[in-house]
Amino acid sequence: MNFENDCRFKRKLTKRGNCNTLSHQGLQDKQAEQNSVKDSYTTHNESVFQNPHHQQEENLTGLPIVTFKWHHVETPYLVIIWVFVAGLAKLSVVELNHHVISVVPESGLLIILGFILGGIVWGADRAQTFKLLPPTFFYYLLPQIILDASYFMPNKLFFSNLGAILIYAIFGTCWNAATVGLSLWGCYEAGVMGNLDIGLLQFLLFGSLIAAVDPVAVIAVFEEVHVNEVLFILVFGESLLNDGVTVVLYNVFDAFVALGGPRIDAAEIFKGIFSFVVVAFGGSFLGIGFAILLSLLTRCTKHIQIIEAGFVFVVGYLAYLTAEMLSLSAILSITFCGICCQKYVNANMDEKSVTTVRHAMKLLANGSETMIFLFLGVTAIDTEIWVWNTGFILLTLLFVFIYRIIGTFLFTWMLNKFRLVPIEVIDQVVMSYGGLRGAVAYGLAALLDEDKIPEKNLMISTTLIVVYFTVILQGITMKPLVQWLKVKRAAHSDLKLIEKLNNRAFDHILAAVEDICGRIGDNWWTRGWNRFEENYISWLLMKPKARKNRDYLFSIFHKLNLEDAINYVSEGERQGSLAFSRSDEAANVDFKKQFGSEFADVMPNIMVDMSNYELGIEHFSVTSIVKDTIPSVSLDIHGQDRKNAMDDINAHHLLQQHLYRSRKHQHRHKYSRSHFSINQNEDEVQEIFQRTMRSRLESFKSTKMGVNPAKKITKHHKKELTHKMPNGHPDGTGHLYGDEEVEGLCVFLPHLIEAGIENPVFLPDMDSPTHSPPWLMETEAVAPSQRAQRRLPWTPNRLRRLAPMRISTCSTDSFLMADVSLTLEEHEEHSQTDHVEM
Amino acid sequence: MGSTNSTLLKIPNVEVLMQETGFSPAHIIRLHDRFKALDKEGRGHLCPHDFGAIKELAMNPIGDRIIGAFFSPGKETVDFHTFVKILAHFRPVDKDRPKEPNSPEPINSRSNKLKFAFQLYDQDKDGKISRDELLQVLRAMLGMQVTDEQLESIADRTIQEADLDRDDTISFEEFRKSLEKINIDHKMSIRFLR
Repeated sequence: MNFENDCRFKRKLTKRGNCNTLSHQGLQDKQAEQNSVKDSYTTHNESVFQNPHHQQEENLTGLPIVTFKWHHVETPYLVIIWVFVAGLAKLSVVELNHHVISVVPESGLLIILGFILGGIVWGADRAQTFKLLPPTFFYYLLPQIILDASYFMPNKLFFSNLGAILIYAIFGTCWNAATVGLSLWGCYEAGVMGNLDIGLLQFLLFGSLIAAVDPVAVIAVFEEVHVNEVLFILVFGESLLNDGVTVVLYNVFDAFVALGGPRIDAAEIFKGIFSFVVVAFGGSFLGIGFAILLSLLTRCTKHIQIIEAGFVFVVGYLAYLTAEMLSLSAILSITFCGICCQKYVNANMDEKSVTTVRHAMKLLANGSETMIFLFLGVTAIDTEIWVWNTGFILLTLLFVFIYRIIGTFLFTWMLNKFRLVPIEVIDQVVMSYGGLRGAVAYGLAALLDEDKIPEKNLMISTTLIVVYFTVILQGITMKPLVQWLKVKRAAHSDLKLIEKLNNRAFDHILAAVEDICGRIGDNWWTRGWNRFEENYISWLLMKPKARKNRDYLFSIFHKLNLEDAINYVSEGERQGSLAFSRSDEAANVDFKKQFGSEFADVMPNIMVDMSNYELGIEHFSVTSIVKDTIPSVSLDIHGQDRKNAMDDINAHHLLQQHLYRSRKHQHRHKYSRSHFSINQNEDEVQEIFQRTMRSRLESFKSTKMGVNPAKKITKHHKKELTHKMPNGHPDGTGHLYGDEEVEGLCVFLPHLIEAGIENPVFLPDMDSPTHSPPWLMETEAVAPSQRAQRRLPWTPNRLRRLAPMRISTCSTDSFLMADVSLTLEEHEEHSQTDHVEM
Repeated sequence: MGSTNSTLLKIPNVEVLMQETGFSPAHIIRLHDRFKALDKEGRGHLCPHDFGAIKELAMNPIGDRIIGAFFSPGKETVDFHTFVKILAHFRPVDKDRPKEPNSPEPINSRSNKLKFAFQLYDQDKDGKISRDELLQVLRAMLGMQVTDEQLESIADRTIQEADLDRDDTISFEEFRKSLEKINIDHKMSIRFLR
């Protein structure tokens, strides 16, 4: 069993042999939990595999009613307790960050919190019984973080900067490892560190493990800073890939150390370099292989949509473990698996599964990240690992810092000779300062073999200090530095169709100009790849259905339209001036405020009652929504409230299910870990879009067939009942008001349009069974945006035609159906009484 | 160097051309070679059908318009100077080069790059992109799956986004404003022309 080995491994590693370390894993993730339940550990030295049941049966003297079986559940229990604690820690840290200070980054605060928790444990046990152990870290905590980072990688940005990223990741890391190792060795030889039992190779090994910038730490800090996207992708991509590189480098040097100095000759060094290449590229290709497997798999999971999301995690993890098994670079494997599969997987899977993956991925990654930082803090509170050597520690800090800066500037200088847009000096400063070290370095240090490296503990303590220094101190100062240097921030821009359109045009122009110049340039390659991708790779890996209809510009347009719809709804709701009503027959939109202000001169007496409307929207929608007849909305809210308490409850239910949330957050980095607001509303957006389209098709059909859809946009006001407006409905179509006799109601559609109901087609409609693709729509079907609507000469007739609203009896939404039927039944009588009252 | 100079000398007014466009002699020579290769009949100027002979360009959805951009209105030919000047739009902006205060705006400035893109839309040269003009480009660039109705709404929406004065057309000023956030130097530059 994986887990058994794991435990033995830990015991060996911690060299403590006593029960505590073994059992208090503290850090397992879900997979581990399952394993551990199966294995049911005891904490005793006698036998790891002893089954507690036997003990119990032997001592049984009578039938116990309740027994306390701590050992039975100890491991999973402790694991889950720590998960719980980590969750609480994250909660408190985030709260603290929001309300008290936002100076220290979350990662730093978590480490500090870890110190405190570690102190408590240490105070209770007089020993550190919980610590971050390398297998736990590498097998259960790291994979999902890497998978998350790669799965949400902005691919276009990543690949367009791939050259730079690779240079930094491969050569930068080697540079760091070599210079730090050699400089430390030089200082050691010069006698700065006193008497240590470390040779050149061990120094290089140490250099390689401390060389890598840590993706976990980098994301955690940079996410809060919002630097421009090129800078972000450079730092982030580098940190992701150089982890792979550093592990490979570490393994090579580890092998060298095991081999011993004298036996290393040119051939061995060559083999080392060769193995470096094989391990790194082998891992990457393995990952790509798994990405293909995953994409193919999701092509045919149509009938098991519930679990198709799980494949992403399972195959990703499989890519990681397989690479580990083949001693290829596991991190690179899972990285490339995530990067390569995302496009096809997202296109193949159901919309809901995509959301599930997104959320589950963020959950796992965020959880792991929290655990890692927390345990980086907890681990420190242990007297055993601390070995102090001022020279070694301070010099390491110094060299790590300095060589990072030198390396960054050196490689950027080289890169800038080739880059179209050079990397600016300020960005370079931030890049070098963003060289945060993290848990990977610690994990590698803890993996060191004490037999081969006598000064292991010194290396661990130094690594920890470097990690604390970079994550906490550099993390704190990062934000002020970015502000002070006036680093270009992420452009906080709205999605614009014209930008996308022109981007497409620019691509074509550049490609054409390259053709005219007769030289093969970047655009030629991009175009060639795109063509190949579209013709062959997509063909192989994407569902035929997903392949169709994915014109980029159109999808952007689609998205923008939906955004407008949502904004329209949310704006109306925010102002409290717009109440959506839904019933089986009538749709009612109320524009109390706009109406009030617009007609203040016409009907001054209405304004008196306007104050009542401050709390209008809730009551309005609530009361009117549940009626199956035309609701004659009364100004006397309280009266209705009393009558329809039951209605309100039902209506609230309906509302909660069907009102769309507003888009508050503008999009940030797509690869942001803890915020994924960018596509948050995709589902809703989809739904709204489909509803709109469906309703339009319905209306289209019905108008063609001469059937009047039972759909109105009416404006109700009690005052209007007695105050018939001269500019009421222009063509005076009485049937507009449906079967009910609501004579007094007036429709101020022309005014409504000005007042903000630009796009009545966005009125939510109930699900209808017909699924009409957008391209079957009539001319007006593709909704012009709000602004367009405002300027189009809408007539009420057209409005009506565009926006039918009916509850289909074949609704697929069972909840909705339940609700509707409930409300329908219940309020049949109410509606009658309502009218009487009015 | 001898051959370099001799090629350069064959081109009239090469000094002026280099100064105007900022191209190095190597670039000029390379472009001149290309020009001669395109000019199969050796007339010293290019006609639209010379461009049409470039295979990939025929596959470019807006290829005609880009070819059209090389020919000033009413003219059927383009000489080497104009050819180079047009291509100079795509030279990356060099930040190192000191800016002389009274020098004219370089051809590869941001606004000139944008102007180039703008005139691809503005076929009737009235300084405005009308809805029809936009529709034509959209029709060329969008795939087959998009219907005319959808195209029209996309065009409408695009115009609304940029149209500040509500005249249902996009003027150059509006065009420039709407693309303010885009890194034009990046998007409209070709690396090998540096």
